[in-house]
Amino acid sequence: MDVSLFAVAFNGVSLASILLLAAVGLSVTFGLMGIINMAHGEFIMIGAYTAYVVQGLLLKSIGDVYYFVALIASFFVAAAFGLVLEQLVIKRLYGRETDSLLATWGVSLVMQQLARSIFGAPNVNVVAPSFLNGGITLLGATISFKRLFIIALVGVTLFFVWALFYRTRYGRRMRACIQNREMAQCLGIRSDRIDSTTFALGSGLAGIAGCALTLLGSIGPSLGQNYIVDTFMVVVLGGVGKIIGAVAGAFIIGLSSTGLEFLTTASIAKAAVLFLVILFLQKKPQGLFVIRSRSLD
Amino acid sequence: MDPLLELKHISVEFDGFKAVDDVNASIDDKTIHFFIGPNGAGKTTLLDVICGKTRAASGEADYRGVGDLLKMREFEIVKHGVCRKFQVPSIFANLSVYDNMRISVNRNKSVFGAIFGHNQYRDSLKIMETLHLVGLEKKKQDIARSLSHGQKQWLEIAMLLVQEPKLLLLDEPVAGMGKPETEKTGEILAAIKDRCAVAVVEHDMDFVKNFADVVTVMHEGKVLTEGSAEEVMKNETVRDVYLGRGEKDGDGK
Amino acid sequence: MANIKYWLKEPKNLIFMALIAVMLFMPFTLSLFRLTLLGKFICYAIVAIGIDLIWGYTGILSLGHGVFFGLGAYAMAMGMKMVATGGGLADFMKNGGLTSLPAIWRPFTSEPVAFALVVLIPLALAFFMGIMTFTNRIRGVYFSILSQALAWAFVTIFIGMQKYTGGTNGITGFTTVFGLKLSEPMTIVYIYYAAVVALFLVYVFATWLMSRQMGKLLIAIRDGENRTYFSGYDSSRYKTFIYCISAVLAGIAGALYVPFAGMISPREMDIAFSVEMVIWVAVGGRGTLIGAVIGAILVSVMKTGISETFPNIWSYFLGILFVCVVLFLPKGLMGIWDSIRGKMKSRQTKENESAAVEGGAA
Repeated sequence: MDVSLFAVAFNGVSLASILLLAAVGLSVTFGLMGIINMAHGEFIMIGAYTAYVVQGLLLKSIGDVYYFVALIASFFVAAAFGLVLEQLVIKRLYGRETDSLLATWGVSLVMQQLARSIFGAPNVNVVAPSFLNGGITLLGATISFKRLFIIALVGVTLFFVWALFYRTRYGRRMRACIQNREMAQCLGIRSDRIDSTTFALGSGLAGIAGCALTLLGSIGPSLGQNYIVDTFMVVVLGGVGKIIGAVAGAFIIGLSSTGLEFLTTASIAKAAVLFLVILFLQKKPQGLFVIRSRSLD
Repeated sequence: MDPLLELKHISVEFDGFKAVDDVNASIDDKTIHFFIGPNGAGKTTLLDVICGKTRAASGEADYRGVGDLLKMREFEIVKHGVCRKFQVPSIFANLSVYDNMRISVNRNKSVFGAIFGHNQYRDSLKIMETLHLVGLEKKKQDIARSLSHGQKQWLEIAMLLVQEPKLLLLDEPVAGMGKPETEKTGEILAAIKDRCAVAVVEHDMDFVKNFADVVTVMHEGKVLTEGSAEEVMKNETVRDVYLGRGEKDGDGK
Repeated sequence: MANIKYWLKEPKNLIFMALIAVMLFMPFTLSLFRLTLLGKFICYAIVAIGIDLIWGYTGILSLGHGVFFGLGAYAMAMGMKMVATGGGLADFMKNGGLTSLPAIWRPFTSEPVAFALVVLIPLALAFFMGIMTFTNRIRGVYFSILSQALAWAFVTIFIGMQKYTGGTNGITGFTTVFGLKLSEPMTIVYIYYAAVVALFLVYVFATWLMSRQMGKLLIAIRDGENRTYFSGYDSSRYKTFIYCISAVLAGIAGALYVPFAGMISPREMDIAFSVEMVIWVAVGGRGTLIGAVIGAILVSVMKTGISETFPNIWSYFLGILFVCVVLFLPKGLMGIWDSIRGKMKSRQTKENESAAVEGGAA
């Protein structure tokens, strides 16, 4: 029992780390701009397909190293898409939370269909670099190098994000905008630039998550849809706009869904996690970590 | 006679910061009771606590004949006749003035009542009378968002009055108003004084002087002193923390 | 009587009556295939009215209304399936290795009970969700995300428990409905008229409900929920109430949908379909019931038209429709109608005024 429990916990952590990478962008854009981006899952998909394309171009010439190129490329491609989306649509929707939900849902439909038109509806595979094949056996459970790599990747990425948010001028300004946009604007902060940058950054992170996902299985146009609901639950649970909230939320959702899946079945686990989140929100309707404000609404 | 509302040892904390610190005060029937003090003195927070918007860390708000208000939810407190007006006028912008009043009027506020209840003649009389009091009877068909700032403030006051409150909590009712509007608001207050107790948070000292029965001065979450407007203004400490500074600001202008 | 006169004075209700008149005439002109399609769209219109009540009036955006539609539909389908099998095991149960009828299916062997469950199951779930969310002031996008997760969870469960629900394929293979043979063409016509009558009743009910104090209150909750607490209302009760009404309407629509479609599968309750329901209302114009009806039918007609000719284009079209409506037409088609009427009115009053001024000068 102990043995498999360890395996479950490990898988939980690796799921949590992917959710986390996707959720950070979602959480921060929601906190900053009041935008719920339903197309966020599609940035995961873009990241995954970028990895697929890069593999097609480079696998033969440079071998396994292609994956690192793919990681960087998936960040920038997803970020570029994010920037375009921000300029075309998101910019006009600031503060209209539920409307942003609908408009970005439309965007996600278009993006999925686009992927279907370009890459075809069937799933495609990305060959994982050979050095990530295999694993080690620890406490009787097999720890695959791929999952280990993903956890490490998320750790490193998140460290950079944290440093960016809390140790740079950009981060300070962004946090100022989250807490009080008008005041920040009065102090001469170009909030529109902060918004664009942050949105692109969040999209790029989702892209990295997508690239990481290619290690775990085949990818298809609706890849993002499979993760978006869980990602949203992470944001709801963690509260918006704080990395620490996303971390806590991701671990709770990741561990509890793999745990419940282990105890019951995949479908019951989904329902059970939703029920747990609703129960939790009874105590803290705004999530674990709340940014306090004194206004009425 | 017992006071209408007796606040006992009320404290409120925001992330370790004591916004209201062990406040004791009592509000009597048929008086206009002002709470004044510099910014951050905890006046608005105190109103928030009474009306249920903010939870107190400790203390008791003993409401005559009912009990502790701090244990109730907002709408229950309202049902017991404690009504609150917010600093920024909060009315239902997309409904007409009359519908705003109809929603507020004292009636069966259950789901069933909202479907099968009839608009009674008695209600509409009361609504028109109250609208007349605040001078909005000609605007009754207007959509509320088209009103001026002052009119919105009066509409909100009217929305409270039509609920026949026993205690009215007003947060800066004359903020953003010009002289004539301020005076009119004062007249409205004077007219409703014999119906209920009124607790007002205000900065405008002239307004306080003209209409206050009792003034409680707060500073940094604590009650500094309490008395009539004149007594309070003579008080040395009060002059130091509040009035002195206020006069200097006035000179600057 | 006076109320009916008043009701008919509203131009929007007149448009609705005209629409109903056209619908009544349709069986004489459309092929059976088209009539079946239109019947489905009428079911959608009933759902759209329910969505408009919670979203357009109350400001609650539910992205999981397909669940209520689906549950109503499944209840109906299970009842019809039990008629078809004579209370015996369905094919998918046998394939799943079941030897006796599962307990959750037993109530559906009685048709009246199945009809009652069409209403009761969505009602119970909506009540539970409402109590769990609105009472603790979970609102705005938080609620939307939870409702979306609800759809996600239900779809996963219905697919996962194949031997009880028929899995991805859902339930199909019905023979009769209300004792009428589905193979008879006239049965579809009867069901069609039943759907038209249902739409009519639902519309009248919804306009009546919104004309009461309730309607004003829901708008008040949408515009300033916090203020309603301080006006003495426990707004969560109203929200739960209207959410339940909306869920029941979706359930009824789902039940009516089954005979038209001849099947029900988890696809009818998934997130994509649930969000599509919202766009019906957005296109027609949120906050006007006629807008919801028109939007549901119009978008569905477009969907059929476009996907019949260019199957791949529809997703692009729907996606772009979402974005454009939200960005450029937040009040939908009825918004255009209202602004035209508003302009005409103001022009009229201006002319009257200028005439009066001239008269005064002379």
